[in-house]
Amino acid sequence: MSENKNLLKLRRISKVFSKGTVDQVRALDKINLDINSGDYIAVIGSNGAGKTTLLNVIAGVYPPENGGKIFVNDRDVTGLSEYRRAHYVGRVYQDPHVGTAAKMTIEENMAMALLRGQPRGLRAASNKQRRDLFHGALVPLGLGLENRLAALVGTLSGGQRQALALVMATLSKPAILLLDEHIATLDPRTAQIVLDLTDMVVTREKMTALMVTHNMELALRHGNRLIMMHKGRIVVDMNQQRKADLTIHDLVVAFERASGEEFVDDNVLLRPGNVVGTSDL
Amino acid sequence: MLEPTVVGHLLGFSAYEGLVYGFLALGVYLTFRVLAFPDLTVDGSFVLGAAVVAVLIIDGVNPFLATLAALGAGLCAGLVTSLLNTKLRIPALLASILVMVALYSINLRIMGRPNLPLLREVTIFSLASQLPGLETRLVYQLVGAAVLAVIVFLILNWFLRTEIGLALRATGDNEQMVRGAGVDTDKTTILGVSTANGLVALSGGVVAQAQGFVDVNMGIGMIIMGLAAVIIGEALFRPKGVARLLLAVLAGTFVYRLVISVALRLGMAPGDLKLITAALVIIALAVPYLQKKIRREWLPPAPRW
Ligand SMILES: Nc1ncnc2c1ncn2[C@@H]1O[C@H](COP(=O)(O)OP(=O)(O)OP(=O)(O)O)[C@@H](O)[C@H]1O
Ligand SMILES: [Mg+2]
Repeated sequence: MSENKNLLKLRRISKVFSKGTVDQVRALDKINLDINSGDYIAVIGSNGAGKTTLLNVIAGVYPPENGGKIFVNDRDVTGLSEYRRAHYVGRVYQDPHVGTAAKMTIEENMAMALLRGQPRGLRAASNKQRRDLFHGALVPLGLGLENRLAALVGTLSGGQRQALALVMATLSKPAILLLDEHIATLDPRTAQIVLDLTDMVVTREKMTALMVTHNMELALRHGNRLIMMHKGRIVVDMNQQRKADLTIHDLVVAFERASGEEFVDDNVLLRPGNVVGTSDL
Repeated sequence: MLEPTVVGHLLGFSAYEGLVYGFLALGVYLTFRVLAFPDLTVDGSFVLGAAVVAVLIIDGVNPFLATLAALGAGLCAGLVTSLLNTKLRIPALLASILVMVALYSINLRIMGRPNLPLLREVTIFSLASQLPGLETRLVYQLVGAAVLAVIVFLILNWFLRTEIGLALRATGDNEQMVRGAGVDTDKTTILGVSTANGLVALSGGVVAQAQGFVDVNMGIGMIIMGLAAVIIGEALFRPKGVARLLLAVLAGTFVYRLVISVALRLGMAPGDLKLITAALVIIALAVPYLQKKIRREWLPPAPRW
């Protein structure tokens, strides 16, 4: 379809829940999105806008409705189930319990994450060399986890678990990192640590990341691109320069307009020139 | 009073029983604890192993081969249960009950009649009795079972630490994370449930040879016995790490069999054993809950699986 080389391409992605019942919800409505390699995208939008659903479709948790296509490096991955897509996708969920296994040690959790998307065999899951690697990956957190490799993850605090989940999601250096409100439940200090680490790995490993957040300030200050979702559609999509001129107030106004029922054309949501619509893709 | 020789015999006998029923407990541990898969196939696959061994031995097959075949048959039973669960999405509990019930008919078909005597056949134990230096039947049963147990322990202890074994263990802990890490959790579930039932059938096959007969009803309550052994092992030894967990399960089985042997020796009717076992498991499950309740801790509603 498009000529330029995108890491991730979404074409006419729709997702309907409870189809054919009174509870039918159109969580994603014919979304088109091109994501360049190295994009670090902040995703905002009100509750129920479809942000988590978008990440789920990218990760392969459920397939898009008929006609939707997902390409990674121009390879059609639409038909690949979640575990087959894991090679490309690292993920941190809002709930630290989802991303880590409580009854296993830090070392065992990291050994699971290290082989993301790779064939597993009858070699020992961990060894000295891997332990050193885990140790090195935990040091930047500054939480002392590197000295507790044998501790059960269930004994860590929520923030420590989430920090570990982030390290695990990036350990195998997947091309795409999906973050779903991953610092929302953390105390300010730990949130800052996890956020700094996020910025650091995304930049250092040249990862492509989507970071869902409800924090406007965070959305403005982090990443090089910002998209806003509303009712299953992407209503705002702006690049770094345009984002740089924006204040939180502008964003809140845009957000309120988007959530308001009298829906205006995407391009007048913000001051002209500050918005790149995606509906023309 | 129990005399020293009686005590020695009781301990020896319980040790031997702890080992052969230990395979079953290891299987139950694999499904219930490691995979969090409530597998009731056990009552059927235990008899399946015994039936396969009996029929093959009566046909003149080498008892070691027959014992291996029992293991294989158990693998197949577990395979069916796990396929029903993963591919047809039948809940684990129901899938395993279905297979357990079906196995009753299958076991009867294999055996041809409800019980088969094995006393005059060549079993792994009668072969062991020819080894020099082993005087009593109990000693060679003990040695035979111990050799088998060491082999099973070493294999499991190695396997559960491999990359695949780790994925299997993680599946029972956090399936979503495991899928996110690129593992097909259907496969790990199938592997685990099959292996577990292989172990259970192995136990059935060995028990059949030791006791010298097979009865189509000998599996009733085996799942509860396995659970009791696992719970006792965990409660007594509070193990950490794969190797200690496995050893704790074997030790738990030993303690359980010892309690049962003593109770029998003290004059309890054999028919009451299942009641006692069930009561034991209920107490073991209820005590931690009641303790928390007394301390007025928050408690989640009872799981329904
Ligand atoms: N598994 C599901 N079954 C039925 N409906 C669902 C399911 N998952 C999501 N939905 C619906 O799809 C819509 C989008 O949900 P989604 O979780 O993607 O929103 P979100 O943007 O992540 O919201 P939030 O900010 O609250 O996390 C909602 O209306 C939700 O009720
Ligand atoms: Mg969400």
